[in-house]
Amino acid sequence: MTASTDFAIETHALHKVFGPQVAVRSLTLAVPRGEIFGFLGPNGAGKSTSIKMLLGLVRPTAGTALVLGAPVGDVEVRRHIGFLPEDFRFYEWLTATELVRLHGRLCGMTAAQLRTRVPDVLDLVGLTPHRHRTLRGFSKGMLQRIGLAQALVHEPQLIFLDEPTSGLDPMGRRMVRDILRAERDRGATVFLNSHLLSEIEVTCDRVAFIRDGEVVATRDLGTGWQDETRVVVHARHVSNDAMAGLAQWTSAPQLDGDQLQFSVSAESVLPDVVRHLVQTGADVFRVTPERLSLEEVFVTLMGEDRGL
Amino acid sequence: MKAIWIMAGLTLREAARRKILWTALVAGALLLTVFAVAMHLQVMEFQGRAMSPFVRYQVEAGMLMIGLYTCDLLAVVLTILTSIDTLAGEISSGTIHAIATKPIARWQILVGKFLGFVGMISAYVVVTFYATIWVAYATTGVLPQHPVRGLLLVVFECVLALSLTFMFGTWFSTLTNGVMVLGLQGVAFMGGWLEQVSGFSQSVHIVTLGIVSSLLMPGESLWRRAAYEMQTPLAGSLSFSPFANVSIPSLTAVAYAAVYLGLALAVALYHFNQRDL
Repeated sequence: MTASTDFAIETHALHKVFGPQVAVRSLTLAVPRGEIFGFLGPNGAGKSTSIKMLLGLVRPTAGTALVLGAPVGDVEVRRHIGFLPEDFRFYEWLTATELVRLHGRLCGMTAAQLRTRVPDVLDLVGLTPHRHRTLRGFSKGMLQRIGLAQALVHEPQLIFLDEPTSGLDPMGRRMVRDILRAERDRGATVFLNSHLLSEIEVTCDRVAFIRDGEVVATRDLGTGWQDETRVVVHARHVSNDAMAGLAQWTSAPQLDGDQLQFSVSAESVLPDVVRHLVQTGADVFRVTPERLSLEEVFVTLMGEDRGL
Repeated sequence: MKAIWIMAGLTLREAARRKILWTALVAGALLLTVFAVAMHLQVMEFQGRAMSPFVRYQVEAGMLMIGLYTCDLLAVVLTILTSIDTLAGEISSGTIHAIATKPIARWQILVGKFLGFVGMISAYVVVTFYATIWVAYATTGVLPQHPVRGLLLVVFECVLALSLTFMFGTWFSTLTNGVMVLGLQGVAFMGGWLEQVSGFSQSVHIVTLGIVSSLLMPGESLWRRAAYEMQTPLAGSLSFSPFANVSIPSLTAVAYAAVYLGLALAVALYHFNQRDL
């Protein structure tokens, strides 16, 4: 059994440097048990390195992390962890059944358990008709499915999925969504790294946004995340003090002439924001709140595409 | 321990399903065919002229050593070509990620793979060695002096090369790994010849160079010791070649090779355990 805490994952100031490059700056994260947790960020933000650190594939340069209550790298706790790597690759000379059996055996499953579980999990990911085919002939979508099967075969308590729907058609994506919900209902925690924000929006209970190797925001998608609001304020005489003071409600206010733009986590804070602007000498003419989609939140937090 | 055997079994199964092992077996069969024809032709040629049975036996024993030397070369090449990709390739492609996140220690992955290769290579050496000896015996009645000692030393030589592909595989890409191990094998070959030359030469520098080369990579020393164990007592004095020895590696050289292998494997284990994947 794994140590019982409220969180499946807890990290504190996790840091990873590759030569001169800082991949993860200061990752502090708490992922509650039994949730589907989305991990969002642009390319190169440090998402995959973070996942690898949590799985013990990459050693942190500094910081601490607990996974299912055990320090990262603990071998025994991995019995309760499933992992689908990005661009899943495996020995292409194995058949689908052999691959899932192998992973089950490595996780300590008995022959009797494997006899029933392997066909079940292949059926779950829709690969029963292809169970005797070698992976050499599999499409990218089929490899994603078999990758998912190997991650789930031992019924783990914590499942890391790195871009699980890339390469999948719409039916495949729906299948993944249904599987993840079923896993959560079973009590498992799912840590999902994906670029498909629409998928995240309908699947995840909570998300964290990572930029330059640091968590810049988290959102609870289960309750009231739609309160996330972009606000456009037409005002004159907005002072530097007024801009600095906005930091208590928003992270990146932008002033362009008479137009001030920022986003807040809920409309309810708007009277305080307007009061602050007026008290610091601004003349406020119009305040226009707009509800944001997850994609708009993402773009607001990450800024425009800065290239690679 | 179970994980080690799972990994070893996986490695054996991979070897059986990939083309390179079968290609090596075909190459071995081709070698045997050529060897059998050559032995037969030699026997026919000997029948046509009067020759002392003693000299005839020595020539045929020399031919057997040529056959066994070719087996040795094939086995070493097979060892290097099949194993250079097993760690380096899986690390660079990310294949290792799904395995290294399972509840098994990294050393178990490495040791399992290593044992799988040792099993495969040992089987290959046993089959090709004994087939060659059988062909020689069936055509000429010649047998090596100590075939088991020779066989074990050849397996040892292959496992030594294997430990290097594993060690470099934890650092470098597949291609670099192959170039480095084949390069060291070349150094070993040169070292072997230089030590042979040192049997005749008076140059201290050549002797030293030969010893240093064999210290850098002691693989060829193991073959020369194997050849010494298998050849007829007189064969060593008949010729100057890799199949007969002028300079015989001592048991200390064999012990050195064992320490070398152990160190290479220890470095591989340490670095594979420490590195990021």
